[in-house]
Amino acid sequence: MARNKEALVLVLDVGPTMHAILPQIEKVCSMLIEKKLIYSKSDEVGVVLFGTEATENELTKEVGGYEHITVLRHIKVVDGDLLQALQNLPRESVDGDFLDAIVVGMDMLIKKFGPTNKGKKRLCLITNALHPIKDPYEGTKEDQVSTIASQMMAQGMKMDCVIARLTQNMEANKRIMEENDLLLRVFSNKSSSKTVYVESPTKLLGALRTRNISPVTIYRGDLELSPKLNIKVWVYKKTSEEKFPTLKRYSNKAPPTDKFATHEVKVDYEYKSIEDPTRVVPPEQRIKGYRYGPQVVPISSAELEAVKFKPDKSVKLLGFANASNIMRHYYMKDVNIFIAEPGNAKPILAVSALARAMKEMMKVAIVRCVWRQGQGNVVVGVLTPNVSDNENIPDSFYFNVLPFAEDVREFQFPSFSNLPSSMQPNQQQQEAADRLVRMLDLAPLGKEEILQPDFTPNPILERFYRYLELKSKDKDAAVPPLDETLKKITEPDPEILFQNKSVIEDFRRCFELKENPKLKKSTRRLLKEKPSGLDDEREVLGNGSDAQPMDAIEYPCKIKTEKIGDANPVQDFEAMMSRRDSPEWVSKAIQCMKDKVFELVENSCEGDSYQKALECLTALRKGCILEQEPKQFNDFILHLYKFCQQKDLKSFCEYLASHCITLISKTEAADSEVTEDEAKTFIVKSEQGF
Amino acid sequence: MDLDPEDVFRDDEDDPESEFHQGRDFTKELLVYLVDASPKMFSTSCPSEDAKDGSLFHAAISCILESLKTQIINRSYDEVAICFFNTREKKNLQDLNGVYVFNVAEREDLDRPTARLIKEFESIEEKFDNDIGSKYGILSGSRDNSLYNALWVAQALLRKGSAKTADKRILLLTNEDDPFGSIKGITKMDMMRTTLQRAKDAQDLGISIELLPLSRRNDEFNISLFYAELLGLEGDELTQFQALAGERLKDMKEQLRKRIFKKRKIRRIKFIIANGMSIDVDTYALIRPTNPGTITWLDSVTNLPIKSDRSFICTDTGALLQEPAQRFQSYKSEDVMLSVDELSEIKRIASGHLRLLGFKPLSCLKDYHNLRPSTFIFPSDEEVIGSTCIFVALHRSMLQLNRFALAFGGSSNNPHLVALVAQNEIISGGGQVEPPGMHLIYLPYSDDIRHVEEVHADANTIAPRATDDQTKTASALVRRIDLKDFSVCQFSNPALQRHYAVLQALALDEDEMPEIKDETLPDQEGMARPGIVKLLEEFKLSVFGENYEDNDLSTGGTMTEASRKRKAIADNATKEYSKYDWLELADTGKLKDLTVAELKYYLTANNLSVTGAKAALISRILTHMGK
Repeated sequence: MARNKEALVLVLDVGPTMHAILPQIEKVCSMLIEKKLIYSKSDEVGVVLFGTEATENELTKEVGGYEHITVLRHIKVVDGDLLQALQNLPRESVDGDFLDAIVVGMDMLIKKFGPTNKGKKRLCLITNALHPIKDPYEGTKEDQVSTIASQMMAQGMKMDCVIARLTQNMEANKRIMEENDLLLRVFSNKSSSKTVYVESPTKLLGALRTRNISPVTIYRGDLELSPKLNIKVWVYKKTSEEKFPTLKRYSNKAPPTDKFATHEVKVDYEYKSIEDPTRVVPPEQRIKGYRYGPQVVPISSAELEAVKFKPDKSVKLLGFANASNIMRHYYMKDVNIFIAEPGNAKPILAVSALARAMKEMMKVAIVRCVWRQGQGNVVVGVLTPNVSDNENIPDSFYFNVLPFAEDVREFQFPSFSNLPSSMQPNQQQQEAADRLVRMLDLAPLGKEEILQPDFTPNPILERFYRYLELKSKDKDAAVPPLDETLKKITEPDPEILFQNKSVIEDFRRCFELKENPKLKKSTRRLLKEKPSGLDDEREVLGNGSDAQPMDAIEYPCKIKTEKIGDANPVQDFEAMMSRRDSPEWVSKAIQCMKDKVFELVENSCEGDSYQKALECLTALRKGCILEQEPKQFNDFILHLYKFCQQKDLKSFCEYLASHCITLISKTEAADSEVTEDEAKTFIVKSEQGF
Repeated sequence: MDLDPEDVFRDDEDDPESEFHQGRDFTKELLVYLVDASPKMFSTSCPSEDAKDGSLFHAAISCILESLKTQIINRSYDEVAICFFNTREKKNLQDLNGVYVFNVAEREDLDRPTARLIKEFESIEEKFDNDIGSKYGILSGSRDNSLYNALWVAQALLRKGSAKTADKRILLLTNEDDPFGSIKGITKMDMMRTTLQRAKDAQDLGISIELLPLSRRNDEFNISLFYAELLGLEGDELTQFQALAGERLKDMKEQLRKRIFKKRKIRRIKFIIANGMSIDVDTYALIRPTNPGTITWLDSVTNLPIKSDRSFICTDTGALLQEPAQRFQSYKSEDVMLSVDELSEIKRIASGHLRLLGFKPLSCLKDYHNLRPSTFIFPSDEEVIGSTCIFVALHRSMLQLNRFALAFGGSSNNPHLVALVAQNEIISGGGQVEPPGMHLIYLPYSDDIRHVEEVHADANTIAPRATDDQTKTASALVRRIDLKDFSVCQFSNPALQRHYAVLQALALDEDEMPEIKDETLPDQEGMARPGIVKLLEEFKLSVFGENYEDNDLSTGGTMTEASRKRKAIADNATKEYSKYDWLELADTGKLKDLTVAELKYYLTANNLSVTGAKAALISRILTHMGK
């Protein structure tokens, strides 16, 4: 643990042009600290702010200069106070000098650690680099940066620069921006520094690596081209899924006075014979049984060890194949990377030569791998060239596992070209689809790629760590709704949708979707995926109206509307309401409509389906007045309100209010218990109420 | 329940959270193979091929055998029956002529496949003439109708099980497209009518009848003569059957194998495109790692299955608990409690549907953007008519413009950012190699990606790059060592094959352990061909220079301190190892008099683990000696 202890100085720009993005910076820094508080509690962190009105740092006292830089926190072990401070960064008023701030940060690290802790000292700069740095007393700015960079190298420091330039502040001075970018490049070239440009808040959250893992090789040895020619390689994981943390079970049995209680729960396993549950089998008396058809074949570990497949540790080349033969979807697992043995020039050259040849010829290599001696299986995989464009980084290969014959299920699917013409798009439809695919573009030319995996945070984990922090302060806190910035990962960006409104509308108009009328409702029920979260509420809402047996719908003519579909819910609803072949239809129609409204509201994205939901609600209201069922509607709308408030769909309530959907009053339907005044004020009241 | 940490096939990173990996589904399938055994199935039309290999009957048998072997591994709960018709002998409950139900001991006619069934079925062709015999069952002058009988027997076999929980199928394998061709007039009409009625009765009972037509290039299987009506095929469905006709036998086997398995979807999801517009797509697990199946723990004394009981014990008080609904995470030196409900609420950020976010060029999808096996999606018009049309349009546009779709969703408890990559249908030799549709690829997040390359990068040194000459020699090598027509999944998994061969041998009480050929080893002979050897030498010379042999030794300079230390220990151990007479020590029980350090000499020299208590070390040594 302590071996990997990291010292980090956050160098944050809090000047006026940064204010717009400071909330995201607060979040990403908090996340960094939250994870450190759990996984690397002894890491030390300091914070330097620049662009501050005041000046508060040691360098200014010692040598003068370095104005508008405030050391918010000296390098100390992470704690809750630090987190608190980072969540409330001040908004300051001066355009700061990032180079000065870097020097202050370096100075802090040097004073604290001297030349020790090489490679475990990190600076992290977040700025928009829109403002010029001061001219040095002598030499050029570039010389100055070079000196600082080489000092950084000598001290074994690394630096991550996140340059956050949202689109709105692009009108800034181009010349200064270019100059700064040039200076930052000097850092990248002359020291272990990395620069990431960020144009969207979502990317900012993913730009700072919050997970600190020292990589471990899974294989070191030969890549055997032939028995006589080996290349020394090291194999590492390139991707590995960061899992949701496993929380311990909590026991509340310990008395509250017990200060040293662990509250942990131990899980004990006891093995019992299935035939005679009173007989306990000691764990060592167990033996593994494998299923083979109806039989279970017992094999002891020793037997298994004796007969199992035991390949020797090796990585052997089987040959080269055309890259087009290996389809992307055959990649089976997370990805490994093959790098030539570090510091050994010959293998680096060999890998480089092969990688370049393969890239040029569009070839891939097929290899057979046994990572460890005694590993009971072999892996066949594909090496694809990774030709490096950074001159400091050698070429390498990515490795992906390929399936064996047993792993592939070869199902037959109908050809699209053989589909009946009703399922084939016509030319107009095809053109609309082409436009949609082209215009709904997440990687526009000349702009940054949106939601690039390398810079996209995991929304579930972000949410978990934020909630954990919230809970530590208030143990009754409810899970907050997903943050706006994170919503951009799970839902389409409203801005992009808005820009392409006409393309999308056009696409929508070109195609017709309708529910299959032949399908019986009962079967559809079975097939239907349960929507999240709503089931319970719907059950309660059902009030038994859904309870009649499904076979009641067995009518000779199946074309009659039995269900409210996605395409024309209002018509479907009206058709069902007007059916007179059974009294059940009215309540069924009302229930179906309620479900539909819920579905529309819950699945809406930035209100794209609100209008449809409103149409449905209006139809439902009309229907309920006609059929003298005001209570059904009134209860439903109250429930819907409550639901929207809880699920952060307040915008729908506002939408309804603006379209004057009110409760059904006594004057409209005699059965209603709501007076006209109550009906009208309902929205106002409920908004205050929650 | 598998509680064993050292599962044989587990890689370090394998994760047992695996409903996903298994792609399992819970409906049972009951399947009857109806195999035509008429003399026509045995005739071979290609004289060049050896008679046994070439017969259609052989093709049918080997396909069934292969699928039985797959089935016993993957879906052993499904039940099968194998039934021949147009046979000399008869064996069936109804005592009908020309139908022979093949079975083995300890098994009902329609039952789960067993090791014995597979073993005996493997050798059926040798005994076929003696035990079953082949004979035309529909001849003019007799009123026997073997096809009718066969359908009847199959239907009777499938009486078992409810149509709701089981999926019942009859697979008919025949090369006779006109079974009633040899008879004429009223008798023919009559026989056709009764046979069709028999088939329809079966279909009304929820049994689906499928035909695997076997035929050769020179005599095409004409489905419309009789079977189209029997199967109730119309229009487009007919054309799909033509794929099989006119195939070479090898390709045909391939195709048969694919058709024997029924498609099973994982589930149906909504693909939300925009503005409340959504289509239905079915998801399929076409590629999932196969593992040796779950372990059932047995009592080694009785060989009866055991179950494990979990109990929760409070560590502080020792009290027995119900499974607590609270979890905790220590954070800022205190315990933060979260309920199970809160945890699942955190994870619930999507509705389980797939939501389109936009499109990107395929070049944005890097080789390292992968976490798990992909999932296949195919449109369905069953509930929402028009889904297929939209899907096809998008599919074409994406292929045309070389773009993939970025979407969010997949599963409701672990939703992910996914890439939807359109795959065009690929047909080779008349058969579908790649189905048309989209593959859903799970993308990593920023913290899932490691920047290993940079760890060893040194800012001050420029990494060596191959010169053009070196790349050229490499190119020559790459060109020469070419796996022509390499297709993924051409190898079977040797570990799995071995595992099941062992199981089969044990299940049948065989003494001999079968040898499994490891197909994944490189082609030694091919590599030793002079042309390749020469290119390898050239590459070696151009990259490593004259003294390649020294290269192995020269790595000492770059060794880290730890590995140097390790090596020193190993060297020392080998030196010290020879100073003891280990066998003698073991025999006289004097191992325990040695120090742990001394014991480790033995272990290190023999590449054994050196961890554990002294007693463990001694027992490890004894085991290694075979005592």
